[in-house]
Amino acid sequence: MSSHKFLLHEAQDDVGVAVADIKAGEEVMGVDIHSGKEFHVKSNEDIQLGHKIALKGKKKGETLIKYGENVGKVTEDIKVGDWVHTHNLKTARWDYGN
Amino acid sequence: METKILGYRRDNGRIGIRNHVLILPVDDLSNAACEAVANNIAGTLALPHPYGRIQFGADLELHFKTIIGAGRNPNVAAVVVIGIEQNWAKRVADGIAETGKPVSYFGIEGYGDLKTIEMASRKAHEYVKYATSLEKVECELKDLVVSFKCGESDTTSGLAGNPVAGVVGDRLVEMGGTVIFGETPETTGGEHILAKHFATPELGQEFLRVHKEYMDMIESKGADLLGTQPTQGNIAGGLTTIEEKAMGNIQKAGKSPIIGLLEMAEEPTKPGRYFMNTSAAAAECITLMMAAGATLHIFITGQGNIVGNPIEPVIKMSANPKTCEFMVEHIDVDISGVLSRELTLDQAADKVMECAVQTSRGCLTDAEVLNHKEFVLTRLYPSA
Repeated sequence: MSSHKFLLHEAQDDVGVAVADIKAGEEVMGVDIHSGKEFHVKSNEDIQLGHKIALKGKKKGETLIKYGENVGKVTEDIKVGDWVHTHNLKTARWDYGN
Repeated sequence: METKILGYRRDNGRIGIRNHVLILPVDDLSNAACEAVANNIAGTLALPHPYGRIQFGADLELHFKTIIGAGRNPNVAAVVVIGIEQNWAKRVADGIAETGKPVSYFGIEGYGDLKTIEMASRKAHEYVKYATSLEKVECELKDLVVSFKCGESDTTSGLAGNPVAGVVGDRLVEMGGTVIFGETPETTGGEHILAKHFATPELGQEFLRVHKEYMDMIESKGADLLGTQPTQGNIAGGLTTIEEKAMGNIQKAGKSPIIGLLEMAEEPTKPGRYFMNTSAAAAECITLMMAAGATLHIFITGQGNIVGNPIEPVIKMSANPKTCEFMVEHIDVDISGVLSRELTLDQAADKVMECAVQTSRGCLTDAEVLNHKEFVLTRLYPSA
């Protein structure tokens, strides 16, 4: 069995989900759950199991794709290998004028 | 795989996998008497709760529907109803009596707690003798009404737990079973996708209308849902936005079409997959599904929600290896092998269904062993 450390819901997703804790600087491999296609990325930070790792660079204001769907708006530029969470991504739904 | 279960065939043909004698309070004032009866008589279950006085309109109707639904549930053999007033106790008992199961009611006014407790205890004694004389018979998994919910979700719920729940639901529907899921506000961000899972475009439109109505109600309170959705537990588990959480949540929908949109605590009328318009609060949601007649609940957790229900056994599964290790006493089915790719979704679904069969045969779920009996009534607005 492969020693993958993250999984993708869809091959076109911008992020993978860590299925084991990842260390900063670690070269990690991930797998698309449907096709089994492998993805390789070097992590820029510690990323805990369940958290997202960026597979593509994103500019502030862009849309983030996971499950092949829009799951939010990027609030800070994201580099490949960055941890993606509440500090650089927010909902595009409940904006309340923000 | 094994799909034969053991269940109690009730007079109305429905199948239960537990055999409770309920001591059911209509209102908060009757809790003390109900708990006293349950202390007197072994094998009974009191369901204390804080409501039932001076409610009105739709909120009162939902109260009755939930209380009556608890008594009607096929996991219940017989019911003693106690209320402060005779007429409301009678209304509850009449609703339960339609199922053909033994039910009696007592009003405390004019008698006091002590006389009521004596009379109700004698009736409960009779019902326990009756219930314990019943024997389980061989039935099929499809004879159960299975409800699904996720809680303290994290990204592992969307990757594994909820897709596995989708597969289990599809298999049950394929066998001719009935499955229910819900959590209206938590479909936000995926509601347009879920709408397409309904059997007809009209039902899909109706779902979108119900979803909008729920979200309008929340916004009308002036609250900022960003403070509560995703929850702190969700965020700790790696979920960032409501859209991401919703995409995980709706994986539970599986592939079989949703044939009906149920109101809170509304009983399904024929086999198939249903969506119930509910809150995402675990105990409230499961209580409403139980009141609709669900006899087994399958709960998917990421970070470790520990909810149970007094009437409907709750099987808990998690794909998060840390939760499975550190909260092992709560997790009936460890499906973390899906993340390590050592377990396929189908193999994980097999494990869940094996657990369901064992639960029907008498194995207690972890929530039952740990005495989790959350019976939580949903309020639509304050009492008058």
